[in-house]
Amino acid sequence: MSIKGKAYIAGIYEHPTRHAPDKSVWQLHAEVAKGALEDAGLTNKDVDGLFIAGDANGGLWPMTDYLGLKPRHVDSTETGGCSYIIALGHAAQAIALGKCSVALITLAGKPRTSPPAPRAQGAEADFETAFGATTHNAYGMAAMRHMHDYGTTSEQLAWIKVAASHHAQYNPHAMLKDVVTVEDVLNSPMISDPLRRMDCCVVTDGGGALIVTTEEIAKSLKKPLVRLIGHGEAMKGPRGGKDLDLTYSAGVWSGPRAFEEAGVTPQDMKYASIYDSFTITVLMQLEDLGFCKKGEGGKFVSDGNLISGVGKLPFNTDGGGLCSNHPINRGGMTKILEAVRQLRGEAHPKLQVPNCDLAIAHGTGGLLGVRHAASTAILERV
Amino acid sequence: MTEAKKYPTPQGNPETQPFWDAAKDGKFLIMRCTTCGDAHFFPRSICPFCFSDKTEWEESSGEGEIYTYSHMRKSATGPYVIAYVTLKEGPSVQTNIVDCDPTTVKIGQKVKVVWKPTDGAPLPFFTPA
Repeated sequence: MSIKGKAYIAGIYEHPTRHAPDKSVWQLHAEVAKGALEDAGLTNKDVDGLFIAGDANGGLWPMTDYLGLKPRHVDSTETGGCSYIIALGHAAQAIALGKCSVALITLAGKPRTSPPAPRAQGAEADFETAFGATTHNAYGMAAMRHMHDYGTTSEQLAWIKVAASHHAQYNPHAMLKDVVTVEDVLNSPMISDPLRRMDCCVVTDGGGALIVTTEEIAKSLKKPLVRLIGHGEAMKGPRGGKDLDLTYSAGVWSGPRAFEEAGVTPQDMKYASIYDSFTITVLMQLEDLGFCKKGEGGKFVSDGNLISGVGKLPFNTDGGGLCSNHPINRGGMTKILEAVRQLRGEAHPKLQVPNCDLAIAHGTGGLLGVRHAASTAILERV
Repeated sequence: MTEAKKYPTPQGNPETQPFWDAAKDGKFLIMRCTTCGDAHFFPRSICPFCFSDKTEWEESSGEGEIYTYSHMRKSATGPYVIAYVTLKEGPSVQTNIVDCDPTTVKIGQKVKVVWKPTDGAPLPFFTPA
């Protein structure tokens, strides 16, 4: 039993806003849902599966009611920023089993207007809260150890931001459109060692949505056919503090699961959407997914290797979370959206990968240096 | 300054209360499984490695070395250094490195536990040994 080729992404939408003080969070969810349904050529009456995550305030009850849906399959799996990549896999499972035929996945929020409520804690609370783990310093701790073990440098991390900025200059909706240099990144203020401001993603209001459906329905619609052929998910944490190793992510498990299901390898990928909450996130995930050997990520990302039309692995051609958009501090949705644009041939002409028929969308959710999830989706243009 | 910070009071629960009771006496407890022999932290009654319920409290030396760290340059409560310290007994624990110049902190540095007060039981921080 596999989800390979069982589910198609028929509709996509990324909200153009990056600052939405005049809209409600539910309104943003509705706007992205409407956008994705219109992109697919479907309506809310067609939706029979709803997939949301922790950004949907109040959960499934208010969202289903507010959107006027009557789903026969629902899922609110919450794994932070990669929730939407996990949701894509879960939607494909539900579609493969006939539990739903038109699945809506939404993401929306307004962290730029007002900071989101802190995530509820688990058994670790008394033993960790006081120490102030945040995204910046938890990813910083992972970066620090990676530098120690493998000699990774700040210059190498900077190349990831440089590549993203080269792409963002062509995205009219990107929050940061200026092309930056390695020196610009190194001259930006230190936030949490060794990560500087330009190693960090943007904070934006906004959202995005996906419509996932059956082969039969996808073929009845007008969009180029893009289907999911492999999917993986995994979780990682300190697990009692034994043999702690922060130099790899849960992508070492989700990646191989997805590639094996798809029957392809990292080297087959024409385009890669790689979650870029921070530059170190990209570097470690590329290693973990097998685009290069562990410890060689720094060398791999250098000298423009991630710039479309320049390097060997075009990544995040929308400008990614580092420059374009990171709605509600969750980058998984936009990773899928740009991968689908590339596969459809709808990326910016300057950045469109020729004959892009295989792509990966991969993300991390939670804190890389503490507890996190990972999810990998392998997508194919039919 | 780190010293002036107000830290949250540990709430405790039936499973972890012995840790906080010992903390009041300046003892840093970890949990060891007598089935697989491995120690873990934070403490759980069922071993996270072999799932045995034969776990016992053990007093740690409170000594270890820094596995990794990050110097958070700004926050609402001022700068601080978050870190993982690998205890001599094995487990790595999340903490802050305190009572030192943050710019001198290094991976591999030897550190020892230092307790900081709350309105209840104190909390385990680490400082250069």
